[in-house]
Amino acid sequence: MSKSGPLSSSIARKMAMALSAFFLMFFLLQHLTINMTSVIDGDTFNDLSQFMGTNFLVQYILQPVLLLGVVFHFVIGFVLELKNRSARDVRYVKYKGAASATWMSRNMILTGLVILAFMGLHFYDFWIPELKTKFIDGDWSGMVAGEEGYRYLTELKHKFENPVRVGIYVVSFILLGLHLAHGFNSAFQSMGANNKYTKGLKKFGIAFSVLIPLGFIFIALFHHFNH
Amino acid sequence: MKLTLKVWRQKSANDKGKIETYPIDNISEHMSFLEMMDVLNEQLITEGKIPVSFDHDCREGICGMCSMHINGEPHGPDRGVATCQLHMRKFKDGDTIYIEPFRAKGFPIIKDLVVDRSAFDRIQHAGGFVSVNTSGNTQDANALPIPKADADTAFDSATCIGCGACVAACKNASAMLFVSAKVSQFSLLPQGKVEAKRRVLHMVEQMDKEGFGNCTNTGACEVECPKGISLENIARMNREYLKASVSSSK
Ligand code: HEM
Ligand code: SF4
Ligand code: FES
Repeated sequence: MSKSGPLSSSIARKMAMALSAFFLMFFLLQHLTINMTSVIDGDTFNDLSQFMGTNFLVQYILQPVLLLGVVFHFVIGFVLELKNRSARDVRYVKYKGAASATWMSRNMILTGLVILAFMGLHFYDFWIPELKTKFIDGDWSGMVAGEEGYRYLTELKHKFENPVRVGIYVVSFILLGLHLAHGFNSAFQSMGANNKYTKGLKKFGIAFSVLIPLGFIFIALFHHFNH
Repeated sequence: MKLTLKVWRQKSANDKGKIETYPIDNISEHMSFLEMMDVLNEQLITEGKIPVSFDHDCREGICGMCSMHINGEPHGPDRGVATCQLHMRKFKDGDTIYIEPFRAKGFPIIKDLVVDRSAFDRIQHAGGFVSVNTSGNTQDANALPIPKADADTAFDSATCIGCGACVAACKNASAMLFVSAKVSQFSLLPQGKVEAKRRVLHMVEQMDKEGFGNCTNTGACEVECPKGISLENIARMNREYLKASVSSSK
């Protein structure tokens, strides 16, 4: 890149943001696809979970890359937010933000922070127990003594018994939807794509930002009411 | 019309400044906003007070000097106009109108509503030009065939008057719309292609140095721009910047 380091310019930072966001959006799609099998066919879900949880490539390459991607995205998100705030050192007495820009576009940091908090809960719920079972207890079997088949679906259903947790999941996914409602097309614009496909892509982006969170919400509610 | 004006008063760059309230009467809806400000200033002078300083020059929407932030929006509530073309018929009798300077770290206040927009000049100096050998035998511009669509798009970008409303409107005080218009007006034309790489790299570097924020693609700039400069310019600049960054030898 130009003179001093790849992330030294405002445009480069935005492109880094967009690239990490593309990666995260692809991840969401993949995550939803696998989760969806839990309402369609429990055995498939269990098999896929065991595969994802024990495959070398997934565990030791894709998982660390994902973690880095998430951290990279929100760290740059914070950097941008701080820089942007300091670019207007004295605030307006009256500022009509809603007159010219959507709520979603003006509150990416807020929706992002809710997603971050949600990820904290999500890690506590699923990831940390998984790490403990595998790396501390050394149990890679995916099974529980005295029970038939893999344990993943049972664990999932158990988590979604608690209505408070389900409520938090639902609210978080609505905010993820708002993050994506602006973010999806913003990422294309950041990468310089604004052309004859933009109108269609905007519609696709809105569909994506509604359907992906709705899918996760459906799964949480489904297991809450069917256990 | 009878109005209550809430105007930002600030004696100098170092003064803290505050909102002052001025009641004003007998404003015709046919007046322009700046004419209303003239009436206010006459009133202040009669009362022995210091008139409000504000920028203006052409008063016909072409110079980019006028710069007020009116009721929370740069150039006020109307669309596609600069403050000088805003008319009082956009307001109602009894309205309270907030009048503030454009606010950005890159636009320091000089006095009252007057801000220093020379940051834009420095960005232009960094690369917003085409170097031409003016030895006397310059080629006729029309000798270069240019597709009509490119000429039209370049002309649209060139209509930017450098007023700074995009910066004022942006929640991040980003200057991307202005800079992208100035990059686009050249990069679309054959004459501008020669220096395209160094232009975009230098102008963006200067933009960042001036302390403007990053772009969040909110689109507020496009909505508030008196000249309808579109976000396509920003996407074009980002493409140019990416291309220049990966291929530049410097
Ligand atoms: C699965 C998780 C996430 C996805 C899919 C996602 C997606 C996106 C997308 C598509 C964009 C637009 C990129 C662009 O404008 O170029 C974006 C921007 C942003 N994201 Fe996320 N995001 C996620 C998590 C987070 C988290 C945890 C934070 C934490 C603070 C965050 C903060 C931000 C901010 C502040 C921006 C706007 C940056 C700016 O343009 O000023 N995001 N995100
Ligand atoms: S892009 Fe529009 S708002 Fe920004 S300086 Fe040019 S004319 Fe003014
Ligand atoms: S005074 Fe010239 S554009 Fe408004």
